[in-house]
Amino acid sequence: MPSLGRRKLLNNTMTVLTGLCALFAVASLFFILGYIFWGGLRGLSLGFLVNSPKPIGEPNSGIANAIVGSAILIALGSAIGMPVGILGGIYLSEFGSNKFGLLLRFLIDTLTGAPSILVGVFVWTVMVHPMGYFSALSGGVALGIMMMPIVARTTEEMIRLVPHSLREAGLALGAPRWRVTLGVVLRTAASGVATGAMLAIARIAGETAPLLFTALGLNYLSTNVFQPMASLTYQIYYYAQSPYEEWHDMAWAATLVLVTMILALNIAVRLLTRNRHQQA
Amino acid sequence: MGQPLAGEGSAPSLTPNQPHLPLGRARSSLRARPRIGDPLFKWSTGFFAVLIAGLAVLIMVEMAINSKLPFAKFGFGFLSRSVWDPVKEQFAALPFIYGTAVSSVIALLISVPVSLGVAIFLVEKAPRKLSNPILFLVQLLAAIPSVVYGLWGIFVLAPTLRNHVYPALQSTFGFLPLFQGNQNGLGLLTAGLILSIMVLPIITAVTTDVLRAVPGTQREASLALGSTKWEATLIVLQNARSGISGAIILGLGRAIGETMAVTMVIGNRSQISASLFDPSYSIASVIANEFTEATSEIYLQSLIELGLILFFVTFIINMLARLLVWSVTRGEGRGGHA
Amino acid sequence: MKNNYLRVTATVLIVGALSLALIGCGSGSTGGANSEVKLQGAGATFPNPLYQKWFSEYNKITPSAKFDYQSIGSGGGIKQITAKTVDFGGSDAPMKDEELKAAPGEILHIPTVLGAVVVTYNLPSVTTDLKLTPDAIAGIYLGKITKWNDAAIASSNPGVSFPDTAINVVRRSDGSGTSYVWTDYLSKVSAEWKEKIGVGAMVNWPAIGTAAKGNEGVTGQVKQTPNSLGYVELIYAEQNKLPYASVKNSSGEFVKPSLESVTAAAAGAAGQMPDDLRVSITNASGKDAYPVSSFTYFLVYKNQDDQAKGAALVNFLWWAIHDGEQMTKPLLYAPLPAEVAAKAEQKIKSITYQGKPLRAS
Repeated sequence: MPSLGRRKLLNNTMTVLTGLCALFAVASLFFILGYIFWGGLRGLSLGFLVNSPKPIGEPNSGIANAIVGSAILIALGSAIGMPVGILGGIYLSEFGSNKFGLLLRFLIDTLTGAPSILVGVFVWTVMVHPMGYFSALSGGVALGIMMMPIVARTTEEMIRLVPHSLREAGLALGAPRWRVTLGVVLRTAASGVATGAMLAIARIAGETAPLLFTALGLNYLSTNVFQPMASLTYQIYYYAQSPYEEWHDMAWAATLVLVTMILALNIAVRLLTRNRHQQA
Repeated sequence: MGQPLAGEGSAPSLTPNQPHLPLGRARSSLRARPRIGDPLFKWSTGFFAVLIAGLAVLIMVEMAINSKLPFAKFGFGFLSRSVWDPVKEQFAALPFIYGTAVSSVIALLISVPVSLGVAIFLVEKAPRKLSNPILFLVQLLAAIPSVVYGLWGIFVLAPTLRNHVYPALQSTFGFLPLFQGNQNGLGLLTAGLILSIMVLPIITAVTTDVLRAVPGTQREASLALGSTKWEATLIVLQNARSGISGAIILGLGRAIGETMAVTMVIGNRSQISASLFDPSYSIASVIANEFTEATSEIYLQSLIELGLILFFVTFIINMLARLLVWSVTRGEGRGGHA
Repeated sequence: MKNNYLRVTATVLIVGALSLALIGCGSGSTGGANSEVKLQGAGATFPNPLYQKWFSEYNKITPSAKFDYQSIGSGGGIKQITAKTVDFGGSDAPMKDEELKAAPGEILHIPTVLGAVVVTYNLPSVTTDLKLTPDAIAGIYLGKITKWNDAAIASSNPGVSFPDTAINVVRRSDGSGTSYVWTDYLSKVSAEWKEKIGVGAMVNWPAIGTAAKGNEGVTGQVKQTPNSLGYVELIYAEQNKLPYASVKNSSGEFVKPSLESVTAAAAGAAGQMPDDLRVSITNASGKDAYPVSSFTYFLVYKNQDDQAKGAALVNFLWWAIHDGEQMTKPLLYAPLPAEVAAKAEQKIKSITYQGKPLRAS
C-alpha cells in the first residue's frame, strides 16, 4: 500500500488534471466563439441583415433571405414537431408503462439518434420527388421529424417529474383521468415542457443536412413555402466552400447571426429554469 | 406508474360517501360523459406516439425498399469490397465504413479521457456553484451547429494543423505508417479532431448524470475507511462503469452520424489508406455530396443502401448505450422526486 | 414568477412560429402579392457567377419573371431536371443517351456560353506561368507523377526551379460537368486514362489528393493549400488571382487559356455540331485553340407543362443568347459563335406548350 504522502500527491495531481480538462473544454468553447465573433463582426452591417444576395462583384449583398428563410423553416418545423411531440410525450408518460410503451419509447429513441442526412433523404423520397419540386414545406417536415422525438421524450420526462400526489389529489376529487392530466399535471409541467420545446428549436436551428435535399436554397427573399427557401445554415455551407473572399466574410457574419440566435435561446432557457426545483 | 384510477368510469360510487363535494359542475360532466373522455384521450395521444415511432420504422423500411438494386447486384459483397465507380457502376461500402469508423474512434480516443476528466471534476471536485455553470458552458459546445464547426475546421483548425501540428507529428512518429505521406490539413485525422470536440459535450453531460446518480453512500463508505478523495472517486467510477460505457457509446453514435463538419474537412476521397493524414470519406459525407447528383438508379440506390447501413449501426449503438446508461440511472435522481 | 416568464416566452415563440408558417402558406397559395412567374433551376457550378448576373439583370427588365439557380453540380442538374424537380437544369456535360431515354420527355440542350477548364496551382516559390504537356497532366492525375520537380514538368519549363515536394492534387467530390470536360480531355490524350478511368461527371478517381465540392471548393482548396494543383473553370482562377498553366494543344503549341483561345477551339465546332447540339470540343484542332474548352448547356423540356412558366423560360433563353451574351466577356466567359447561336435559336423556337411553339419568331 503506497504511503499516505504518495496517495495525497496522486489525489492532488488528479484534481489538477481534471481541472485542466474542464479548463480545456471551456477554453475550446470560448476560442471557437471568439473566432466566430471576431471573424463575423467584420462582415456584419445593417445592410447585411436586410439585403438579399447580389451577384459576385456587386456591393450591398446580404442574407436577409436566409434569416427570413430560417425563421420560416423553424416555424414550420415547430408547427409540425411540437404538437405531435407533446401529445406523444403525454401518451408515453400516462399510458406508456407497459411493454407496448417500451417498444414505442425504443423506436422514438431510435429516431432521435437517426443521422439528420437520412431524414433529409427520407423526406426527398416521400415528398420532394412525388411532389416534383423542392419546397420549404418539405424542409419544414424534415425539421419537424427531427423535433418530434426530442420533444416527446422531454415532455415525457417533465410530466414524470410531477409528484404523484398532485395527480392522485386530482383523481381523488373525482375528475376523469384526461382532465387531471391536462388540467393539473400538464399545467404543472408546462414550464418544463416549454423548456424542452425551446431546446428542440435551438437544436433544429443549427441543422443543415436535412435541408440539402428538401428546401434546397434560394437567392432571393421569399416567404412562399411551396418553393425552395434559403436558410442560414445552407448559406453558410455554400459561402464557406466558395473561393470568393467576400463570400467567406459573409459566411462568418452569417455564422455570427446564427450562433447568437442559438446561444440566446439556450441561455434564455437556462436563466428561466435556474431556480426550478424540478431541475434534474 | 399504475396508480388506481379512481376517477375513471366509477364516479357514481364516490358521490354517496362525500355529499359535501363542491364539484357540482364536475359531477354533472362526469354523469354526462363517463366513458368517452378517457379512451378518447388515450387513443388520440397514442396516435401521435405511434406516429413518431412509426416514422422511425417507415424510414428504415423506405430505405430498405429503395436499396434493392445494389443488394441484388452486389449482395453482402457491398460491405466488404472497396470500390466506388459510377462510370462502371460498381459500388461498395468499405471505404466509407472505414472512414466513418476511424474518424469516430479517433474522436473517442481524444474526447473520452477529457470528458471523464471534466465529469469527475464537476461531480467530485468542484462545488455546485462552479460545476453547474461549467456544465452549462460545456453543453453550449453541443449547441454550435455542425456547419459552423466545419467552417471553423476549414479556416482555423486545418491550416493550424497543417502548418504546425502535422509536420511535428510526422517528424516524431513518421516511422509509423499512420503518420506518413502528404499532409495538407484535410483528412481523416482532422475529421477525428473536429468530431472529438463535437462529442465532448454529450459524453460529459451523460457521464456527469451517471456519476451523480451513484449513491453518496459509496463515496462516504470509502472516505470513512480512510481513502483519499481520488480513491473514493475510483470507487464511484467502478460503480458507474456501465453508465460511463453508455455515455461513450452515445458519443460514438453522435460521431458516426455527423455530416456537415466532417464533409467539410475529411477530404472526400473514397479510398482506404494507412495514413491518418490522408483524405477519407464517411458515409454521411458521401450521401451529402453525391445524393442530388446520382443520375443512375443503381448509383442512387447504392447511396441509400449506405444510409441504411448507417441507420442500422446507429440503431444498435443507441440501443446499447441506453441500456447501459439506464442500468445505472434508473430510480436514482429521475422521476418520483418531489 | 419565473414560470410566468417562461410561459410567456414560450407562448410568444409558438404564436410567432405559427403566424410565420401561416404567412408562408398564404403567400404560397395566392402566388405572392403580384402574379410573378417563378422558375427554379439547378446544376453546373461553372456558369453560376454568370447565371446569377443574368437572372439579376433580366429581373430588372422583366420584373414579372423571377429566376433562381442553385449551383449543385452538373450531375445534380441532370438528375433534377430528369426528376422534374426543377424547371431547367444546367450542365457542362451533355446528357448521355441512356440519361435522355430515362427522362419523361424530350430534353433539349441549349448552349449558353463557352468556358475553359484551367490547371490552377499554388506554388509559392514559382512566379512564372507554367507550361504543361498532356502527358504531364495525365501523369499527375493518374498518380504517376507525384512531385513537382518531376522531369515531365521540368522539361517543358526550362529555367524554372521546382521544389522537391509532393503535388497535392485536387479534384471534384461531386458529380461535375467540369469533371466531365476534364476526364473527356484526359481520355483523348491518354490511352491509359481512357481505359482505366474513362469519361464521366463522376468517375472512380485514382488514389490521389483530395476532393472538394464545386468549382468553388476546388479553388478554395488550391488557394489555401501550398503545393496544390487542381482543375477549375477560368473565372474561378481569375477571381481568386490564382495562376494557371498553358497547355500544349494537339498542334503542339502551348496555349494559355483565354477568351480568344476558347473561341478558337469552338470555331471549328459549329460546322460539325450534331442536331441535338451535344458536342465535345476538347483537344480541338487549330494552333490557337485551348485544348480544354467546352460549351455549357441549359437543359429544358421540349414540351413545357406550364404555359406561363414555359413562356417566361423561352423569353429568358432568347434574351440570354442575344443580350445576355454581351455580359459574358467581363466575367471571362466566351460568347457563343454566331453559327452556334443560330442553332440555339432554332432549338428555342422549337419549345412548345401543348404542341404550339411558345416563341413565334
